[in-house]
Amino acid sequence: MSVLILAEHDGHKLKPATRQAVTAATSWQASIHILVVGHHIAAMAHEAAAIAGIAQVIQIDAPHLAHPLAEDVADLLVRHGRSYEVILAPHTAFSKNVLPRAAALLDVAMISDIIAIAGPNTYVRPIYAGNVNVTVESTDPIQVLTVRASRFAAAENGGAAKLVTLEAPAGTTLARWLDEKYTVSDRPELANARVVVSGGRSLASAEQFEAVLAPLAKKLNAALGATRAAVDSGYAPNDIQVGQTGTVVAPELYIAVGISGAVQHTAGMKDSKTIVAINLDPDAAIFQVADYGLVANLFEAVPELVNELE
Amino acid sequence: MNDQSPAGVIKVLVAIKRVVDANVKVRLKADGSDVDIAGVKMGINPFDENAVEEALRLKERGHAKEVVAVALGAAAAQDILRHALAMGADRAILVETDVTLQPLGVAKLLKAVVEREQPDLIILGKQAIDSDAGQAGQMLAALLGIGQGIAASALEVHGQEIHVTREIDGGTEKLALRLPAVVTADLRLNEPRYVKLPNLMMAKKKPIQTINATELGVAAGPRLKQLKVADPPARKPGIKVSSVQELVERLRVEAKVL
Repeated sequence: MSVLILAEHDGHKLKPATRQAVTAATSWQASIHILVVGHHIAAMAHEAAAIAGIAQVIQIDAPHLAHPLAEDVADLLVRHGRSYEVILAPHTAFSKNVLPRAAALLDVAMISDIIAIAGPNTYVRPIYAGNVNVTVESTDPIQVLTVRASRFAAAENGGAAKLVTLEAPAGTTLARWLDEKYTVSDRPELANARVVVSGGRSLASAEQFEAVLAPLAKKLNAALGATRAAVDSGYAPNDIQVGQTGTVVAPELYIAVGISGAVQHTAGMKDSKTIVAINLDPDAAIFQVADYGLVANLFEAVPELVNELE
Repeated sequence: MNDQSPAGVIKVLVAIKRVVDANVKVRLKADGSDVDIAGVKMGINPFDENAVEEALRLKERGHAKEVVAVALGAAAAQDILRHALAMGADRAILVETDVTLQPLGVAKLLKAVVEREQPDLIILGKQAIDSDAGQAGQMLAALLGIGQGIAASALEVHGQEIHVTREIDGGTEKLALRLPAVVTADLRLNEPRYVKLPNLMMAKKKPIQTINATELGVAAGPRLKQLKVADPPARKPGIKVSSVQELVERLRVEAKVL
């Protein structure tokens, strides 16, 4: 049997999540192929071919794939994916866009955000924003899956896979790519950051949210997050909301500052490896999920923490 | 009609789902077969409320002529259709079924509704906060053979095209989609309006059409077998530290994360 991985990249380099998906794919003990779709992707195809355990890398390179559209990539997966038992990708914005479309075209179910592979066709995934884990079994001939990358180690180099180049058919007329804007920030992406510093309503204003948390985030090269309460109060923008209705994160280190610990929020961060909570209220629910709790006034403790990290 | 907005040309279908309220912590059935939602507070999926809101704004801005809300499932889903009507949707459709619905089944049923209703734009929430799959919109677009704008944070109509700004990792991208198209709503798309009591009363007079799912001639049954549900492994109990110095020391030596 064989597994096809859809590579996740930024146009220049493979993202680490691709290597994490490779590790997930090794659980089938099958032949693993990687599909790289884009434009001017030769270097990335070679990068993929060097990952240990890869049998084949398929590159599909065309100008209209420079900013790949779901309509085109799903079409490529359907054209070239039918001979695989598993089509797999890391659970990222790119794959979330593409894989359900491909699965529907293949008339198979898709299983999203897998955190553990329990058997050849049996998977564990979080539902209710991580409050419950469900185990599901698929009987479809092709298993279309995304895996939560942070649950799998990144595969190392050491391979020499065969490189195959395939032609792309003409691009879709259903959609056109217009432009993209990346958040201009020295901070890493919230969803994939190694460290996340999050603030709650206790920060009390947008100015204080930034003034108190930004130096700590800078010191730790952390992404900034916020609770829904902080977002609703206007202290932080909606796109950094961590929780059931925002972004679900699982960093190495999560520092919750002035956060009470509502279910809505903890559902989005309790998979973090180490959780620190700083809160003035010793009975705050956040201390129940924290590995290290500090009962303190955040306006004193956070600057002190920044100093201590010097 | 008390609608003062200019007449639009686009017909918008909004698909909504009834889910456990976001503030409820769900419990498991004793036999671990499923979550226990008996007697739990239910409501419209938050992302679907964004979808309804956006459709209404398209109408108020003069782009849309009609907003139709559709829900799939048991008769109880009438309450979220009433909510959509109270927000301002023109009419509602309930596709009644007691089949366990998974995303592919949802997409197949919605495709049948789309073929009857012929909307120009279909808006859904980007995911439901119960199953957290985030697939139905993409699957619907695939089955209809039309374009998709997934996790939208902004939407503009330009003649026979819509421009969709969508949330991607680390930023946004903007796509032009030929109509008809499917859009799924992210939280940033808008802030849903509050439903006022008089609107809730008026919504009771608006029509809800019920279609039995079997009439649609679609095999919408589940593909995945749910083997069990479980609580996630509990975190090991943490400790309270007495000072910032102790915290940093433990993060360095014990947790090794600094």
